[in-house]
Amino acid sequence: MPQTITTSPAQRSARQARVERTLTYVDAICEATDQEMERDPSVLVFGLDVDDPKAIQGTTRGLLEKYGSGRVFGTPLSEDAMTGAAIGMALAGLRPIHVHIRMDFLMLAMNQLINVAAKSRYMYAGKVSIPLVVRSMIGKSWGQGAQHSQGLYSFFMHVPGLQVVAPTTPYDAKGCLIAAIRNDNPVLYVEHRILHFHNGPVPANDYTVEPGRARITAIGQDVTLVGISQMQSECQKARLYLEEVGIQAEVIDPIWLSPLDIDTIALSVEKTGRLLVVDNGWVCCGASAEIITQVTERLQGHRLFRTRRMGFAPVTCPTAPNLERLYYPDGRTIAAAARDLVEETRTGWMPRERPELNSFVFKGPF
Amino acid sequence: MFERLYRSLYRIRRLEEAFARVYPSDKIKSPVHLSIGQEAVSVGICEALRSDDVVFGTYRGHALYLAKGGEMKAMAAELYGKATGCTRGKGGSMHLISTETGMMGASAVVGTTIANAVGYAYALQHKGRDAIVVSFFGDGGSEEGVFAESLNFAALKRLPILFVCENNGYAIHTCQERRQGRPDICARARAYGIPAERIEHNDVLYLFERARALTAKVRAGDGPYFLEVMTYRWREHVGPNNDYHLGYRTAEEAIPWIEADQVKRLESMIPPQRCQQIQEEVEAEVDAALAFAEDSPEPELAELYTDVF
Repeated sequence: MPQTITTSPAQRSARQARVERTLTYVDAICEATDQEMERDPSVLVFGLDVDDPKAIQGTTRGLLEKYGSGRVFGTPLSEDAMTGAAIGMALAGLRPIHVHIRMDFLMLAMNQLINVAAKSRYMYAGKVSIPLVVRSMIGKSWGQGAQHSQGLYSFFMHVPGLQVVAPTTPYDAKGCLIAAIRNDNPVLYVEHRILHFHNGPVPANDYTVEPGRARITAIGQDVTLVGISQMQSECQKARLYLEEVGIQAEVIDPIWLSPLDIDTIALSVEKTGRLLVVDNGWVCCGASAEIITQVTERLQGHRLFRTRRMGFAPVTCPTAPNLERLYYPDGRTIAAAARDLVEETRTGWMPRERPELNSFVFKGPF
Repeated sequence: MFERLYRSLYRIRRLEEAFARVYPSDKIKSPVHLSIGQEAVSVGICEALRSDDVVFGTYRGHALYLAKGGEMKAMAAELYGKATGCTRGKGGSMHLISTETGMMGASAVVGTTIANAVGYAYALQHKGRDAIVVSFFGDGGSEEGVFAESLNFAALKRLPILFVCENNGYAIHTCQERRQGRPDICARARAYGIPAERIEHNDVLYLFERARALTAKVRAGDGPYFLEVMTYRWREHVGPNNDYHLGYRTAEEAIPWIEADQVKRLESMIPPQRCQQIQEEVEAEVDAALAFAEDSPEPELAELYTDVF
């Protein structure tokens, strides 16, 4: 087994850079795109509304003016063909970034993503590669509802030939996007609309957060919380609630879902003996199932541990605020589940809500 | 020119006939969708292309691969599942590729490569190259949503692409009239603002002549163009045999197409001695390709895990 990793290279380099500057997640994406487009003329970005006045929540702001309509353009509402076209561009030596303002829209592009992008390198025996980045956003709250809220990355984790990343901080948003653009494989880059508004330290230089390295975001001894996408924020809140009852949670952000850094998670579980995976999607056949299975395969026979997964309620996302609250795990329900896991009983405990932890409330419209 | 066209047609015909002959032995480890009867479309168009022009095709892609210059040995070995195949035994008959000669791939999912071809054309235009792309697909492909989306984008950006719809009248066993409310594929292309014409017969010389004129227009920056070429598949959808016994089409329907066989036609236009010489060379090439396929090693087991990422 490898040594326990408590800081990732990215964290170390962030410290070394003595980061003072903060950016939002949105601005971090925009800066990453800008820097890569400047560095490499083969990078181009397109998708519905990429060049409109709202510039995809600001993530593509200024790029049209700087790089022109040949490299930055809005597309017809044709997710299927535009994904296929992106693959064709990649075959011709370009490095396209295809943007979708909701992950749900990727369902229109599945044939090209699964049957062509993921397969080409293998079925053509390495004669071609598809350096394609597909950006998409998961929505949440303010009535996003059935078709604007889905976290469908496990579909893509299932398929060899695709890489999947779901950064949760502005630092990783930039570093993962640069890594994805430089990657010769198709990469599904999963954003979350709520995370878009988060602020955090972001170095001004270009840097990469490479595939296959998870990050330990809080150190603890009693239980391992793995939080994916926006559930990473909820796990951080849960950690604070758990402190109230004397439980020290270790929190891990997988960052890259494919390839998964199972070493870091398994080492943490070896220490804590308890694993709670909180997914930003449904539980059945999801990322949480994969993580827990891989940890089990790694640890069975030499470390007993207890485990649980949480995710969206197994229903379609409703729009009424009270139902929607019930649909998602949150800091309190995660803390309650983690405590039960630690104490090996149904304690019935639910922490009293601390409004100061909900520093950001999304009010739409989009 | 006649000799070039004849050689190209004859190579495809004879290699596929050899495949059909060998098929019952199970040496070919791949489904085969034979082009026999349809060779003229790939040959007529590809003869008008430059080596840096690019084509995308379909699972019925043997003819296109060979017509665009793909190596015969590598193709035969691919069908045999051998390490020397054009994709080292990982793509098979339905995913032939020859990047060196501009055959950029084929899909087993109908219509899929139309969009890939359009994207490639965007890249060529963006880079200021004067190479062009030809997208080959069937009448069935024209029913997929990706067809409409791709044509719209090609028209919007005035891309350097020639669309070639190889209309053999059937999607597997279902004729065009039972699938399309208005069986006029050119009309759908024109609706997107793409000039279109239908070539009613499988005439390789006429195809070549039109392809030469149209590729020049596309290359000059006139935007996309659409060709629908009527042709006919002589054998079954997949496999080496005839399928007239199935009843979805009649043997009589095939007669005019077989009588207008372009291989025979070109043969009659070439001096007999030259013809015989070409035939002998091609027969030797086909024999050598099959022997090469048969003698080649299987892929190493480690190959299973290479080129995933």
